This record gives sequence, C-alpha cells and structure tokens, in this order.
Amino acid sequence: MSTVLASSPTAVAVEPLPAQRSRGYWASVWLRLRRDPVAIGAAVVVLLLIALALFGPWLAPADPYQSSMLKRLKPIGTEGLPLGSDELGRDMLSRLIVGARLSLFIGITPVLCAFVGGTVIGIVAGYAGGLTNTLIMRTIDVFYAFPSVLLAIALSGTLGAGVVNSLISLTIVFIPQIARVAESVTTQVRTRDYVEAARASGASPFTIVRVHVLGNVLGPIFVYATSLIAVSMILASGLSFLGLGVKPPEPEWGLMLNTLRTAIYVQPWVAALPGVMIFITSISFNILSDGLRSAMDNKG
Amino acid sequence: MLAYLLRRVIYAVPIMIGVALVCFLLVHIAPGDPLVSILPPDASADLQAQLRELYGFNRSLPEQFAMWVWRALHGDLGVSIASNRAVAGEVFTAVGNTLRLAVVATFIGFVLGCLFGFVAGYFRGSWVDRLASMFSVLGVSVPHYWLGMVMVIVFSSQLMWLPATGAGPSGSDDWAWDWAHLQFLLLPALTMSVIPMGIIARTVRALVAEILEQEFIVGLRAKGLTHFGVFRHMVKNAAPTALAVMGLQLGYLLGGSILIETVFSWPGTGFLLNSAIFQRDLPLLQGTILVLALFFVVLNLLVDVLQTLLDPRIARA
Repeated sequence: MSTVLASSPTAVAVEPLPAQRSRGYWASVWLRLRRDPVAIGAAVVVLLLIALALFGPWLAPADPYQSSMLKRLKPIGTEGLPLGSDELGRDMLSRLIVGARLSLFIGITPVLCAFVGGTVIGIVAGYAGGLTNTLIMRTIDVFYAFPSVLLAIALSGTLGAGVVNSLISLTIVFIPQIARVAESVTTQVRTRDYVEAARASGASPFTIVRVHVLGNVLGPIFVYATSLIAVSMILASGLSFLGLGVKPPEPEWGLMLNTLRTAIYVQPWVAALPGVMIFITSISFNILSDGLRSAMDNKG
Repeated sequence: MLAYLLRRVIYAVPIMIGVALVCFLLVHIAPGDPLVSILPPDASADLQAQLRELYGFNRSLPEQFAMWVWRALHGDLGVSIASNRAVAGEVFTAVGNTLRLAVVATFIGFVLGCLFGFVAGYFRGSWVDRLASMFSVLGVSVPHYWLGMVMVIVFSSQLMWLPATGAGPSGSDDWAWDWAHLQFLLLPALTMSVIPMGIIARTVRALVAEILEQEFIVGLRAKGLTHFGVFRHMVKNAAPTALAVMGLQLGYLLGGSILIETVFSWPGTGFLLNSAIFQRDLPLLQGTILVLALFFVVLNLLVDVLQTLLDPRIARA
C-alpha cells in the first residue's frame, strides 16, 4: 500500500486527460524550441528544402533533362548557367533544384515507414512482454548486429538497383533501431499505475495502447526518428552514388555526384555541388533534431 | 563478474547464428535463380541439374543452411562466380586492407574527438564549446563519400600533394609502413576519421559535462587538487565509455567503408562488395557480408568485455 501512495503523485502529474496534455506538451516544446536560434535557422532551411522539393520543377530556370553537347562541363558563373553544367551539358542549378524532390523523398520515406513499422513492433513487444517480447527483440538484435551501411548495401545489393529496393532496404535498416527505442519506452510506461488502473477497470489492450501508451511514447520515438533523417539522407544518396538507387537520367544528388565523379579533374567545383546539397540537408536535419531533443528533455 | 562475462559471451552465440541466417537468406531473397548468373543462357537441363546438385540448391533450405554453416566453420565460403577463386581468400586479403584503413581512421578520429570533446565539455557554454560542438555536428552530418571527393579535388587535383586513388605505388599487394605507401592511406583515412571524430566528440563532451557535475569533483577541488589532478580523475571516469564508443566506431567503419573505398579505389572489403554486387557474384557478396558482420559482433563482444574489466560497476548493474 505504501508503494502505491508513494508513487501516486508522479502518476497524477503524468496522467491527466491525454488529449489536452499532448497539445500542452507540444506547445511547450515549441516555446522552448523558439528560443533556440540555431535550431530555428535549421528549421527554416529544412522548410526551404521542402519547398524546393514541392515546387522545384516550377522554380528551375531551365529544363533539368535538356542536354547539350556544346555546353558540357561549363564552370560556375557561365552566362546562362549560373552553377555551370554537368557532363551532358545539363544546367546544374536546375538539376540541383529539381533533384531536391527525389533526394528528400528517398531520404525521408524510409524513416517514415520505419517510424510506423518500428513503433508498432516496439509497442507490441514492450506491451506484450514475456515470450513475445523475447522473440521480437532477439530477432531485432540480429539485425542490429549489422553495421547499418553494410546492411543497407547488402539488402539493396541483393535486391538489385532501383528506388523501391533502396527504400525497402533502408526501411529494414531503420526498423530495428526505432523498435528498440519504442520497446524500451513502452516497457517503462507499461508498469505505470495509470496503465494498471486502466487494465483493472477493464480496458482492452488496444484501448490502453491507444489512450495511454501512444501519447507517452510517440514523443521520444519521434525525436529519435528525426535524428535518423540525416543518416537516411546520406545513406539513400550513398546508395544512388554507388549506382544502387535512383537510375539516370533522373536528377538526384547522390547519383549526380556519381556521374560527375569522372569530371573532378575538369570541373572540380561543379562536380562537388550535389554533395553540398546533401550536406546542407543532413546538417539542417541534425541541428533541428538536436534542438527538438533538448527542447523535449527540459520538460519540468 | 565472471558470470556476467560468461553470460555476455553465451549471448553472442545466438546472435551469430542469426547473422549467419540473414546472410544465408540474402541469396534466396535475390530475385531470379542464383544459377542464372553462372550458366550460359543455352545451358542444357542436364548441366543445370548438375550444377544445382553441386551448389546444393536441390536440397531443402534448412539442409542448405546447415551445409553452408558447416563449410563456413571450416573456412570454406564457397567459390566466387566471377573470378572462380575461393571467396575466403579474397575476403581475407580485402579485410586486411580495410582493417588497416579503418584502424588508422579510428585512431585519428579518437584523438581528435577526445580533444574536441574534452575541451567542449570542460568549457561548457563558452565559444570553445560552441566551436568544438559545431565540428562534431559537421562530422556526423557530412556525406563522407562527398568529403572524399573534395579531399581528392583539394589535395590531389589542385595541390597535387597526395595520390588520389589506389593503395600503393605498385597496386595493393605489398603494403609497407613507409611514406610511399602511407601517402595513399592518408586521404581515405582522414576522410573516414570524420565520422568517429564527430561521434566520439559528442560522447566525450556529454561524459565530461556529466562527470563535472558530480559531487566527487567538487570534493576533489575542495581538497585543493590542481586542474591537472581533477582532469586525471575525469579521464579515468570517462575512459571506459569513450573506449567502448571507439570500438563500436571501428566496427561501423569496417562495415561501412564501401562508399569511401569506392571513391579512393581502395582494395578492401567495400571494393569487393561493390564488384560482387555489380557482377551479381552472390557467393562473394554473401561471404564478405558474413565476415564483416561476424567481425562486428565479435568486436561488440570484445568492447563489452573490455569495458567491464575497466569499469567493474557495469557487471553489478
């Protein structure tokens, strides 16, 4: 009895109405994030990149597919080619802008899929406990035992080149990582008094997970998932760089880097441009994710 | 503690079996018949059956897996379809080359990362901290294959200080630790070191900041210990975790070197994987991945054991 009394104040502090509580939580995260100028700067860059991805085809000054044998590998600042041209004479600026869509798509989609899949697997394992937990988590451990780059390349290498295959392999790479976080948070929440109370009052496992578990575990999993976006961007473009992802002539930053690799002795700085875009994207997501994490950690 | 270590070792066995199973199944998730890549398109049904028998594809999956593991345990990883040489030998040579690269890269990353991390953690909130933290964010965010290209552009194509690709003046066969060979190692190793640098700097910064807040540091200072004396205590407390992170990073670099090896044409496992993938040489692919993944598992185990030996508190937790 004394243990129940001792732990009840904390339970009261965490429990109140889930719907209101979650809105208040996100609002306070936003308030703290707003005071972090670096994170806001990164957020602005991320929004700009997303805008590029959405409206790129209308923003590009030239046709990103239009090649020209006469205008091959022009330097940055050439008349009509502000960022030079690639090995087939296509306008680099336009290709970089239009490339945002595919590059962000192949970078973010695996994290989104793994967020859904990993959360479901992690919550099932964490909430069910016992043998189910052991089976799921030991399987996850096996996938976790591969370095992520190796697993991604092994999977997409055997499945064959292509966007869909690289999305599948990256999703498989990230699911164990997210599931681990989801499982550990769920296991913590599961033993809280309010979950016990809900169970005692006859709520079904589905209702308990929906009402009590999800609201408490989604935040930490979300923050963790955002930290994976930068990794995923680098890996997805890396697969294209190896020739395992996007196929030519589609504009995608990793693939552009690959095809321009032979040109580094002719137009080195033009050849390096697609990597700058990947770098800007991954660093913005990393800073934003760090900002989110510290904004969420501070909850008093 | 011994019980803990033993438990940890035993726990690695099912993981290893699982890893082997995943590597084994890779060939079977590959689209198409694995025989297609070996056989000429007009091969007779007889020849097909013969080869199926030879590779064991006519048996049930569990049987095939058992056979494959049994052979692997005896050092036989099959024969490369493309080169017709033993996979084990090819992987062995490549692992040596990659290991050389990864160890040097981890060392550079560890030294720089510790330096940045300690400085940042010790002077937390100051401009030094912000600068060091910026470096570590840059390190974890940079697409390293691009950094490799930039390195080649700057140091090989523009300044012409260092060779751009390869692993030695005469190819990859005879390695020596002299300048003629080291200059080939420098660029890829520096490029590779950026990731562990960033991660180790982050870890060490957090560790130092956490240790500095503990009461025994206040106690040591109150006792009148010099800055250096306090620093020594801090290092002792941070070392096990920092070393553990370093060990894991070595494993990640070993498994993730493919992109950098491709940029620098370094004749390691990444290079091997790359050619295996594009020639659809499944035995080679399978063998390389198996060896790298098992290396990673063993390294994880070693790190855990070492960490426990260095910091007995872990076994008690």
